[in-house]
Amino acid sequence: MKTKDAPVTKAYDVERIRAQFPILRELVHGKPLVYFDNAATSQKPRRVIKAESAYYATINANVHRGVHTLSTKATEAQEAAREIVRRHINAQHAHEVIFTGGTTASLNLASFSLGQLVLKPGDEVLISGMEHHSNIVPWQLACERHGAKLKVIPITESGEWDLTQVPFSDETRVLAVSHVSNMLGTINPVKELIAEAKKRGIITAVDGAQAIAHLNVDVQDLGCDLYAFSGHKAYGPTGTGVLYGREELLERMPPWQGGGEMIDTVTFEKTTYAKLPFKFEAGTPNIAGIIGLGEAIRWMEDYDFAFAKASAEQGKSAFAAHEHMLLERATKELLTIDGLRIIGTAKEKVGVISFVIEGVHHYDLGTLLDQQGIAVRTGHHCTQPLMERFGVSGTTRASFTCFNTTEEVDTMVTATQKAVKMLR
Amino acid sequence: MSTTMTLAQTQQELVSEFAMFSDWQDRYEHLIELGKDLPLIAPENKTDDNLVRGCQSRVWLNAQLKNDLVHFTADSDAMITKGIVALLVRVFNDRTPEEIIGASTDFIDTIGLRAHLSPNRANGLSAMIDQMKRYAVAFSGNASTA
Repeated sequence: MKTKDAPVTKAYDVERIRAQFPILRELVHGKPLVYFDNAATSQKPRRVIKAESAYYATINANVHRGVHTLSTKATEAQEAAREIVRRHINAQHAHEVIFTGGTTASLNLASFSLGQLVLKPGDEVLISGMEHHSNIVPWQLACERHGAKLKVIPITESGEWDLTQVPFSDETRVLAVSHVSNMLGTINPVKELIAEAKKRGIITAVDGAQAIAHLNVDVQDLGCDLYAFSGHKAYGPTGTGVLYGREELLERMPPWQGGGEMIDTVTFEKTTYAKLPFKFEAGTPNIAGIIGLGEAIRWMEDYDFAFAKASAEQGKSAFAAHEHMLLERATKELLTIDGLRIIGTAKEKVGVISFVIEGVHHYDLGTLLDQQGIAVRTGHHCTQPLMERFGVSGTTRASFTCFNTTEEVDTMVTATQKAVKMLR
Repeated sequence: MSTTMTLAQTQQELVSEFAMFSDWQDRYEHLIELGKDLPLIAPENKTDDNLVRGCQSRVWLNAQLKNDLVHFTADSDAMITKGIVALLVRVFNDRTPEEIIGASTDFIDTIGLRAHLSPNRANGLSAMIDQMKRYAVAFSGNASTA
């Protein structure tokens, strides 16, 4: 507890970070947990767990409803979290931050509401070939509802957008693309593509699920109209998410779900809606989760910035630099394994490494790594079209975070070699 | 029909076999070895219809009734999964539909296999057993009239 407030003096102290995560003391099959599935969900620092349970223990009440003290406190805590998110992503207004259940819910809201607002028969929605199913299927559904078509930016061999073949057309109404690929780790040039889309009057939405914990996201700098992310991938609780939207656009977008909280007045003839952000937040929100999300962002900022400040590379994210170091080590060492091929070799990547090994099924490898205490993701990673693009049925993916160590990377490489020997 | 052991005896034999292994590596190596003895499904039967739903790797399972006994063939693209199917086939192969329908599958827990499988794989395991029992149910009508 004491160390929490001690000043940060070292450039990067991974042990100090690890001490924040209770789960890292767990054993898996009797071995210390090596958690390399951070892109699926991040682990939670003690501060986040405490913030969430403190809400239930001390101020649990419904928000924006009662005049009683607890309700006021709960409302203040939730709205404080909104302000933390606003500041973190540099939105202009707190009411541009809509709380949702996660990235998937954010993208469903965006696609449903935007579909109503702008899509007509013959219109086009442009996505990319590396999207997660969450940023494909909701748009497909919107296209089906309004008679619009889905267009796709092709992916190069290295796992990047082929910018020479972006199928913009006069019919393109919406561009919806990921900031970072969950399977390849590619950091996409979203800012450049958004600028191009804006020139053509296209509404832009970004799936930031894999970016939020690794990049400094600045929605005004990106210039996007909408930006979606989950809390649980950024050290926050599950069941929390955000849809950022530019005020002017959100004002025009129709509500997605109806219910309590989102109305101004209701009669059986006509309902008028609440102002932003509540127009898009029907029902009682995940108050505890939202408070936890606010704490997660504060935790991330505290440590990331403190380490960055103490390091030579001021202004850069210390977490990102650490994760990049792990990525480079894993890439170099894994490539020494005979028949191993990395899927996703873009120049700009977050700490995600996806690979296939000749003659080894990813599922067997995942099982044998688990027996050695190592958690990786195997399968199609909810990106079936991308799997098809690379001609594989699935990959093994290791994704790194601030608390992973070089020793853990070495453990994974040795464990992989052992598994390969058993399987060949 | 290499064995005259009953279904229950075969299960017991598997339990004893796996009890010999104290560490995960030996257990999995044995499972992978078992997979190599699996009666393989004919390539023309590797159809989508014969895919077992609920498995994360692909598993094909086919059954035929020969002399009133159910004969299974199968395959998987993952070796551990193939070992698991082989284990089930060793227990259920060349039994009467009634024996298969009435069989308990406690041996899977006794072997400690379920504890070593992810919930996803465990679902796959249940899916395989369900599929084998479904074949037996389908054949039970045919067998009595044959």
